[in-house]
Amino acid sequence: MSTTPKRINVRLNARAIETAAGQSVGAVLMSEGIMAWRTTRKEGKPRGLFCGIGACYDCLITVNGQPNQRACIVEACDSMSIEGDFDA
Amino acid sequence: MSSQDKLSFDVAVIGAGPAGLAAAVAAAERGARVAVLDAGAQPGGQFWRHRPETMVPDPDGHGHHGWKTYLDLRARFETARSAGQLHYLPNTQVWMVEREDAGRFVLRLTPTTGTEIAQATVRADKLVSCTGGYDRQLPLPGWDLPGVMAAGGIQSFIKANGTLPGTRFVIAGTGPFLLPVAANIAEAGGTVVAVCESASLANWLPHLGAASGVPGKALEGAEYAGVFANHRIRYRTRTVVTEVLGVSCANAVRIAKVDAHGAVIAGSEQLLEDVDVVGFGWGFTPQVELAVSLGAETRIDADGSLVCVVDGQQATNVAGLYLAGEVTGVGGAVLAVAEGLVAGAAAATGEAPSAGTNRQIRRHRRFAKAMHLAHPVPEKWDKLLTDDTVVCRCEEVNHGRIVEARDTLGATDARTMKSFTRTGMGWCQGKVCGFAVSCLSSKDHADNQATHASLSALAKRPVAAPLTLGEISTLDSRRPHDT
Amino acid sequence: MNAPSDVIVIGAGVIGAAIAYFATKQGLSVTVLERGLPASGTSSACEGNILVSDKELGPELELTKFSLDTWRGDLTEHAKHWEFESKGGIIVASRESSMASLDRLTQAQAEHGIDVERVDIPRLREFEPNISPNALGAAWYPDDCQVQPMLVAGHLLKLARAAGAKVLTHTMATGFLRQGDAVNGVKTSRGDFHAPAVVNAAGSWSEDIAALAGVNVPVKPRKGFVMVTEPLPPMVHHKVYAAEYVDNVGSSEAGLQSSPVVEGTPAGSILIGSSRERIGFDRSVNTDALRQMAANAIALFPFLKTTRIIRHYHGFRPYCPDHLPVIGHDPRAPGLWHASGYEGAGIGLSAGTGKLLAQALAGLTPDMSLAPFAPERFGEFTPAPNIHQESAA
Repeated sequence: MSTTPKRINVRLNARAIETAAGQSVGAVLMSEGIMAWRTTRKEGKPRGLFCGIGACYDCLITVNGQPNQRACIVEACDSMSIEGDFDA
Repeated sequence: MSSQDKLSFDVAVIGAGPAGLAAAVAAAERGARVAVLDAGAQPGGQFWRHRPETMVPDPDGHGHHGWKTYLDLRARFETARSAGQLHYLPNTQVWMVEREDAGRFVLRLTPTTGTEIAQATVRADKLVSCTGGYDRQLPLPGWDLPGVMAAGGIQSFIKANGTLPGTRFVIAGTGPFLLPVAANIAEAGGTVVAVCESASLANWLPHLGAASGVPGKALEGAEYAGVFANHRIRYRTRTVVTEVLGVSCANAVRIAKVDAHGAVIAGSEQLLEDVDVVGFGWGFTPQVELAVSLGAETRIDADGSLVCVVDGQQATNVAGLYLAGEVTGVGGAVLAVAEGLVAGAAAATGEAPSAGTNRQIRRHRRFAKAMHLAHPVPEKWDKLLTDDTVVCRCEEVNHGRIVEARDTLGATDARTMKSFTRTGMGWCQGKVCGFAVSCLSSKDHADNQATHASLSALAKRPVAAPLTLGEISTLDSRRPHDT
Repeated sequence: MNAPSDVIVIGAGVIGAAIAYFATKQGLSVTVLERGLPASGTSSACEGNILVSDKELGPELELTKFSLDTWRGDLTEHAKHWEFESKGGIIVASRESSMASLDRLTQAQAEHGIDVERVDIPRLREFEPNISPNALGAAWYPDDCQVQPMLVAGHLLKLARAAGAKVLTHTMATGFLRQGDAVNGVKTSRGDFHAPAVVNAAGSWSEDIAALAGVNVPVKPRKGFVMVTEPLPPMVHHKVYAAEYVDNVGSSEAGLQSSPVVEGTPAGSILIGSSRERIGFDRSVNTDALRQMAANAIALFPFLKTTRIIRHYHGFRPYCPDHLPVIGHDPRAPGLWHASGYEGAGIGLSAGTGKLLAQALAGLTPDMSLAPFAPERFGEFTPAPNIHQESAA
């Protein structure tokens, strides 16, 4: 059986937090009260989760240095670094 | 056995939702060697999306419908896997399907998340595509604010994470699907301030015959009525959200009553404050691009969606290509499972469905049609838009530019609109705005119907999922003898 | 009956739109017949280049210079409508052999008045910090420009309409009206249209239009793919391509050729070309072309290896066997004019073509001789009509 820990440590920009395992990156951000983490290219508008199932690409975020990952479907893991346009 | 043979199957199934699981099981149980390619991290699709099995190994199915069906299919799926009959590739998106000279399907794969993929190419003699769909959206002022989500996205969030994306919700749009979304929110502890249904429930009256053919749906309806009563959820019919308000994120909505054409009734406007999540759903858009790329025949379904044409064995006009689930017409999970079983059997052995199965499928399709006719997209939905309402969220193209391109540059179909304004050219490739842009660009704007031509043009997505140039630079050749 | 006009233009791509616009400027009444919608053929399946850098010496280079002046002169007041950008082009050589080709090309171009400058590696890195470390040398062309070609067609047609032109979409030319040998109108899916001059601006489909008049204009489709990346912050600042590209443009090979062309766009996406193959109007995806293009692009800009593409498209360049466009009156079918066969240079050459052809249609002597592009160079041979039913979708 899996030995996944129930709690994980992730970094939201500069801030380290502990959170429940088994959530999407988007869910971790929203559990911290962060509703938006991307700024649009043209008009500088804030964006967060929209379609929630990987179709719309509105929730893009940098995960472990990889830009443009979908926050709605990437599962948050221990030691993950999550970077975006938000104030942690 | 060469490495190529190992990655060559009798049947490839795309998707592991209700239709895909059923198709895979049906094919494998008939002796076919089956590959299942699924974008998700674990089986279930969107409908049976559940907490990571690493966290919750034995989910109880709370908040789900048809969970017993899922458990049955899943058990058979695992049996076929253990027997070596079924090769399961999760976290795998099919970005292109080609055909070899011999007719074999060549599926090109890329990981959903991360950068690693076990196999970049899988080959199969038959293909069953069960790619499902996503919430259909209509733009309106404020819909690009954080806190506005697809209704189905909220539900997926709850099912996958076991938490809520906010506290106080308004769910709006049309169709019976709004009910389980609201129920899931309430049962997870959220407050549903209102459910706004644009249609009148009187719309069902002409279709009661079709509805009575599917008694299960009536039971579901009664169950939601109970949940709504327990949680004191207001279900407002003939009501739409006219605007989402907020600065950095949604905090209120304006709602209004509409007439039978979807036009706002003056004086009926109302402000609902203290709302942090607004969920919209105007039916579903089936993901038909892979089937379309192979040349599958399409039609416009009763809900206005572009869907593929199949025969009684779920076979398309393309030899060897079978489809099941929403891609053949949005009809829900029970129908998807029934179609998947037929498609999997037909792909494996050419077996035809029993008369009883045929009757069941026909009954559910009749119900789906009645549902679509009772819950139309309001004819006058676009009257809510202002010039600066964003329509294409990816490329930030607003309504004013679309109208200008249509009226002064001759962009009277969705493809030309895309060329002139960049609608649908961004990350999502028009998945979100495609239906709305088709409606807005249609020349005979008065009837607001997205034309078959427009939707077909938008359904051509030669890159069905983004992938790196590095991956493309190492593709093997379509023809195995070239390698 | 449809009202007669001075000129009928078949095709509402950039070429047809430019001719319609400049013809109205000459005071001519114009009817444009388009079987689909504006810019629905090759104009919407290209990169919008206005290039001097890839031109070999000869009449096409002269037309290129004339056209560039037209873009920057006559059309400058409208440039904002179509995102005219003087982005500049860079040809990069990564092999000793291509360094030699680049030497020859740039020397000859400079002698003929093209603004070109050889740049060393440090200077190249200033232009393009992300260029491959394998680059050996480069040439810089400040006059290479770019436009959004669909908007060029859309706005030129809009301006032409404002000047009285009629633009009929979803109107398919099915034959010519003749008076003796002379062409004096067009039969269409929407009835007959009369004009003493008819311009064949049907792009890659112009061979079929010419065949309807019984004349040979051997323009063939030469297919090319373009891949479009995810939007990124500026990483590629100019149009950058490999020296081998110029050789491919000038070749007549029917099989697949590819050479890297990489450029950033205002929208943030990077466009990656190019491939060439002559296989008719085949719309299937050629995995080999995509693979080669991707590998070539990564060789030029290594960071692209982890960059994702979100779509690709393909178009059919109107290829002419002698690599010269076909522009002017066709004495084999008096009254019929052609403006076609530009291969990959149609966007850049559209402005100059429109201006020169409009002058000729108005009975004036064009500012530059069109003699090198004369349609009758293909002789009297009349091919059997071979109408491609391919839609422009």
